[in-house]
Amino acid sequence: MLTEDGLYRVVLEMLHRAEITLPGDVTRALKRALNRGRNPIAKLQLELMLKNLKVAKKMDVPICQDTGTFTFFVQIGRKLQLNFDLRDVLTRAVTEATLKVPLRTNVVDPITRKPMKSNTGEGQPNIHIELVEGNEFQIDLLVRGSGAENCGRLFMLGPTAGSDGVKQAVLTTLREAGGKPCPPTIVGVGIGGTMETACVGAKRALLRSLKKPNSDPALAKLERKIELAANRLDIGPMGLGGRTTVLGVRIEKATSHTASLPVAVAFQCWAARRASAKLVNGEPRLVEP
Amino acid sequence: MKPTRLTPPLSEPDIRKLRTGDLVSITGKIVTARDKAYTRAISDAKLPVKLQGGIVYHCGPLAKRTPSGWKVVSAGPTTSARMDQIQAKFVKLTGVRALIGKGGVGEKVAGQLARLGCVYLAFPGGTGALAAKSVAKIEGVFWRDLGIPEALWVLRVRDFGPLVVAIDTRGDNIYLDQKRWN
Ligand code: SF4
Repeated sequence: MLTEDGLYRVVLEMLHRAEITLPGDVTRALKRALNRGRNPIAKLQLELMLKNLKVAKKMDVPICQDTGTFTFFVQIGRKLQLNFDLRDVLTRAVTEATLKVPLRTNVVDPITRKPMKSNTGEGQPNIHIELVEGNEFQIDLLVRGSGAENCGRLFMLGPTAGSDGVKQAVLTTLREAGGKPCPPTIVGVGIGGTMETACVGAKRALLRSLKKPNSDPALAKLERKIELAANRLDIGPMGLGGRTTVLGVRIEKATSHTASLPVAVAFQCWAARRASAKLVNGEPRLVEP
Repeated sequence: MKPTRLTPPLSEPDIRKLRTGDLVSITGKIVTARDKAYTRAISDAKLPVKLQGGIVYHCGPLAKRTPSGWKVVSAGPTTSARMDQIQAKFVKLTGVRALIGKGGVGEKVAGQLARLGCVYLAFPGGTGALAAKSVAKIEGVFWRDLGIPEALWVLRVRDFGPLVVAIDTRGDNIYLDQKRWN
């Protein structure tokens, strides 16, 4: 049964785990990057990142002081009946995690910059709901630091720019970003749809594990191609040079108007914090990290 | 390479000796400042702490209040280029000799820092837990009304590093010194 209390507890656990540890695929990718190239400064940056992960886990403290803002993707089976307010549960969990983990209070009014209490307010946490078949329930969390968030871009390309246009858009974004989004980053790319679907697609793409290739072979190939080009830019870990600028490129696609080609590029920093939970035997359980 | 130990206050000749790619570590007092503190420092034309020869850390720490006072939980660097518009003004006003941050500063600002005799030291972003470990003590906090991340935190650090000299006083800049611009 999906109860209000059960969900609250699992979301709290998701927030805590996501802040202090990285998913296995990300840690492995960082370790692999250690052996790429001979730039000693690049190697030092990666070593410090890996050392930091150990310290954070051992001391049970957030990996990064920018504990970010929170984007939840929720898939709700259409046969499920929720007898509680989902937004309220997620908001309360964020409030509690802010005190308990603890998290930095990052959320402010956009104009006056007045700090909000406990990382919640209009539009925070950010929640995307998708209805799915049956009685499945899955909730995925992305922790968004501002370094990575601020370097994202939306391009409204010419309709015939094609996959090469997409690649150029990503490379332009990477060059402009340099060391700012804390590379090596994971790059989410939303292709097609409309302005907002491309942006949400770019973010949702960041949920896919680095181990999992794109299920569409053409997009899997494009991801590989962009990744190789990105790692030749020599931006490197923290922008100090080196052969690992990205850990992976993740693409999501949607059909678009015949006269449009929106392309959104979203970064996730090397501290690629995410968490997932779903119903296992009817109970909400943390599945990652 | 073993990092060179820096102990603030730093003199101009100390700083002018450093070259991009050198590694350093810091033992002593550093002060955090970011967007809002920069803005206030410029508009007040002064700071509540002496920074002549000092080191400013672009960082908005995650700090927690404990029965025995404030404790730094996680404190990695923030993006330095956000403060670029007033970076040189701030350095001139305060007389700081080193900035610690991530991502570097713009090309024009790098040149201004070089002339002012201020180096830029890089520590990897996101390594907040590790950085917090080298904080031996919080010596004070000013401008709390700006919010916890934006306040001025005076930190006593021990062997904070290794930091990479990313921009030196000759104007050499590691962030630009790459094939990427070809
Ligand atoms: S972009 Fe860098 S500083 Fe910001 S949350 Fe990510 S790792 Fe931390």
